[in-house]
Formats: sequence, C-alpha cells, structure tokens
Amino acid sequence: MRVVVDLSRCEGYAQCAFLAPDAFRMHGEEALMYDPNPDDAQRDRVLRAAAACPVQAILVDRLEGRSEERGVPVEASRS
Amino acid sequence: MTSADNLRAFKRDGRIVIVGASLAGLRAAEYLRDEGFTGSLTMIGDETGEPYDRPPLSKQVLTGWVPADGTMLPRRREIDAEWLLGVPAAGLDLATDNVRLADGREVPFDRVLIATGVRARPWFVESEAELDGVFVVRTREHAEGLQRALAAGPSRVLVIGAGFTGSEIASICRERDIPVTVAELAPAPLVGALGAMIGEVASDLQRAHGVDLRCGVKVTQLEGDSQGKLRRAHFDDGSTLDVDVAVVALGGIRNTEWLQGSGLAAGVWGIACDTGCRALDLNGLVTDDVFVAGDVARCPNPVYEYRLISLEHWANAVEQAEVAAHNMVNGQADRWPHLSIPTFWSIQFGVNIKSVGVPTFADEVVVTQGSVSEHRFVAAYGYQGRVTAAVSFNNAKWLDHYRRLIETAAHFPPSCPTPDQPVDSKPVPVDFPGPVLLAQGATVVVTGHNPSERRVTAAYQHHR
Repeated sequence: MRVVVDLSRCEGYAQCAFLAPDAFRMHGEEALMYDPNPDDAQRDRVLRAAAACPVQAILVDRLEGRSEERGVPVEASRS
Repeated sequence: MTSADNLRAFKRDGRIVIVGASLAGLRAAEYLRDEGFTGSLTMIGDETGEPYDRPPLSKQVLTGWVPADGTMLPRRREIDAEWLLGVPAAGLDLATDNVRLADGREVPFDRVLIATGVRARPWFVESEAELDGVFVVRTREHAEGLQRALAAGPSRVLVIGAGFTGSEIASICRERDIPVTVAELAPAPLVGALGAMIGEVASDLQRAHGVDLRCGVKVTQLEGDSQGKLRRAHFDDGSTLDVDVAVVALGGIRNTEWLQGSGLAAGVWGIACDTGCRALDLNGLVTDDVFVAGDVARCPNPVYEYRLISLEHWANAVEQAEVAAHNMVNGQADRWPHLSIPTFWSIQFGVNIKSVGVPTFADEVVVTQGSVSEHRFVAAYGYQGRVTAAVSFNNAKWLDHYRRLIETAAHFPPSCPTPDQPVDSKPVPVDFPGPVLLAQGATVVVTGHNPSERRVTAAYQHHR
C-alpha cells in the first residue's frame, strides 16, 4: 500500500510509531522515518496510525486495489 | 456567449495539459477533478513510470530500508488522464497553444500548467561526472545507484556541498558506518539557507557524528583510474583525498530551457507568476491560460515585500498545485491567491530540522527557546524589527506559533513562549554569504522609449 507523510505538518507525536512500528519509526527524538510502501499485511495498522495522527499528516492511497484507475501506461510513451 | 458560459463549457469539454508528472503535477490533476473539471487532461513527464515522492530518496532509500521503486505517491482520487511519459517537453507555442514534445509530437491545450521542477546540478566537468562512483541525487535511478554503491562498503565517500541534501547524505553514511568527508565552499553547512549561527550548530552536529567536515574548500578535480572508476579528489589547497564514491550535492537547475522563445518570463530563476499561479510573460504581464506550480514557479509573497520567491519545498508544491488548479477552472471573481508561509524540513544526524518563513529574508537571528548545545531549540529570524522566519531543531511543535508571529508581522525579537528561555537570548547579525546568484548577471534587457514600445527581451546566457 502507498503512504506519504506530510513532514512539514508532522510534529513528532509518534502515535504512528506506536500503532504501526513496522511502517513508522522515530529517528532521534522527533524525526519520523516511514516506509512509503508498507506490506499489505500492515494495512489495518497503517490505517489506524493515519486516523490517530494528531495533525493528520498521513495520506494513504485512496485507489488501493483499483490499479486500473491509475491509468498510467506500463510502457513509457504513446506510439 | 457570456464569460460564465465560456467557463462552464471549458470546465465541461476543455483541454488541460500538465507539463511535469511529479508531486505538483499529480496533485494539480487531482484538484482539477475535485473542482469538477470533466474535460481532457494530459500529463506530460520526462521520466517513465508513475509519479513518485522524492524526499525519501535521500533518506529511507539510501539507508537501504526502502527500495528506490517503493516511493510511488499515493493517489487522492482517480484523475482519468492521458499520460505521455518518457519524453520531455521541448517547447511551448502560445500563438497556437501547443506543447511540443522532444520527439516532435504537438499537444494542443486550452490551458496549460507548467510543473517541470528542477534537476540536479551536475559536476562541472562532464568526463569526471561520468566516472563510475560519481553521483547526484534527484531521481529514483540516482538513489538506486547510490544506495548500491553505499551497500558495497566504500572506503570513503566524499559529499560535495553541505546544503540540506548533502548533509542528509553525510548523515546516512555515518548511520551506515561509512567514513565520509564533506567539502563545502561556504564557512559552514546549511549557511546559505539558514545563516552563520545555525551553520555553526550544523558544523558541530556533523563533527560530533564523525564527519570529516572541510569548509571553505573547493573540490577542483575528480580523478579516475584507467577503468573509469573514481579514485581521488583534488582540492583547491593542493591536497588530495582517496575516495570510492563522490556525491555531487550542489543544488538544482530549474527546468526552464524548454521555454526559451515562448515569451514567458522564464529563466534560471524559474518562471515568474502572480500569486494566482498565472505565469507572467517577458513584459511582466499576466497570461490568462498558462499556470505554474512547484519548484519551477517564482511567486510573489506579500509578507516578504512582494518579492518573487522560488521554493524547492514539498508543501509549497502541493499548495501551489491546489491554487493553480482552482484558478484554472474558476473565473476572475473566484480566484485564490497563494499566500502561505513557506515550511521546510530536513532529517539529519538524528535531528528534525524544520523552518517556517524565509530565513534568508532577515538581518538578525536570536535563539528564543531551548538549548543550542542540546540541539533542541528554536531560533527566530527578524528583518527590521519584525519576525520573518523561525528554525527549530527537535522542537517542531512550536513552529505554528512562529508562523502566526510571521503572518501578523510581530515584533522582533519575540518573547519566549515557554519557561525554557535560553540564558543568552541576544539577537546577532544573521550573516549569510554574499548573493552568489546575482553574479550570474542580467536575465533581461528593456528596450524602447515610449510606453507603447517599451518591451523586455530575455538575455539568455550559458550557465555552468
């Protein structure tokens, strides 16, 4: 699953690191490091982390499992 | 037909082309659909594959935790776009409203959004830049190559340039227990962005983590062996250093060359626009159908005396994408101005460095709370007695307070909002290195005398 954290909004509350420690880790006291593509087995935990974020900085893909709607050609350019 | 009818028809059946398929381009496309645009949407990008996020490339990817192809951006919604990827745009014709691609194809539009971003500034000697072991970090492929080189356990890495990216890469080398030398022309790391006081803190931070930091030096040559593998770096003081890997972190070059001859106010500084993200033409007149967002945009900020400011910040790209998208499909009366206070972050040596405002727009700086020696503090920047920026080290929760001080033009130096007032909180001169960019000289010339004939012409120069 795809995840991005708006780190300009993140204030290092570390809720996500408690709720989904395989996807979100604190680096030092308040810097967050995260896996932008965590395993689908993490899904529930990542969604809980996103919901619990006090500044709502975690964005999870809304097209999960609907890859045809991304519409990006596998091959680069249109011929 | 009234203009309201035209707008409705455009929102229903118009053609929008977005040049640049990275963060700003993707978010703009999503916001356009949010706004109810049902016409055709075309995404043009020089890289292949889906839009991906870049900040993790110099952090999670280089530590080896996350694979380089694992930073694809999440989608907020479907955008129903036609994707033209792998071919860069090569020209913009505003007489016929066409984007020309490098392979000769022409893509017609009613309105266009330019979000072509920046690319890494390469090492200045091409043959040396091509040596095996010399890297820049901007794209997924760059990060993948450098990650592999770091995983191979190099005897020493040389980072050329101690801005944010260079410092982050040095931090990761130390995390991976790889010996690293950082060479910086300025007197300290981060000094160009944050000034001498923070530069000194950053120097201490690097040295405390075992970085061989060399400031005030210039790398003059990267020397390879007969197999084309990097072996040695030469410095302007005559010394040399044996290295396997060199990372060139000398900032970016804005991707505006393709706009030469387009008539837009585009150049090395970016593409000038109004706060509504509408591009300006060479004469400084606002265009109606050309919009700009992201790293390549140069937008006036009223808080900073309406100066045109380009920002290579993640949040700025997202915010400008939203404003540009809104304004592309709304009438004059409903336009939004992009008026946000810039925010930025960097993670290095276990410290979360964040800034709000424009630290270079300052004459004084003062530590307002916390302790510099413990690397947990906030410093406020002031210009002529008002707060214009703040930088925090492991103290991000307070930055929103400083954002409000900036927005309300609060008095500088501000009072400490917490009990942890520093012992020595006297403002000192901010002390930035000289305006290096000005040395690049003029970008335009004005011709003509009467108001009806005065025009601006671009003076394109060759830049390294």
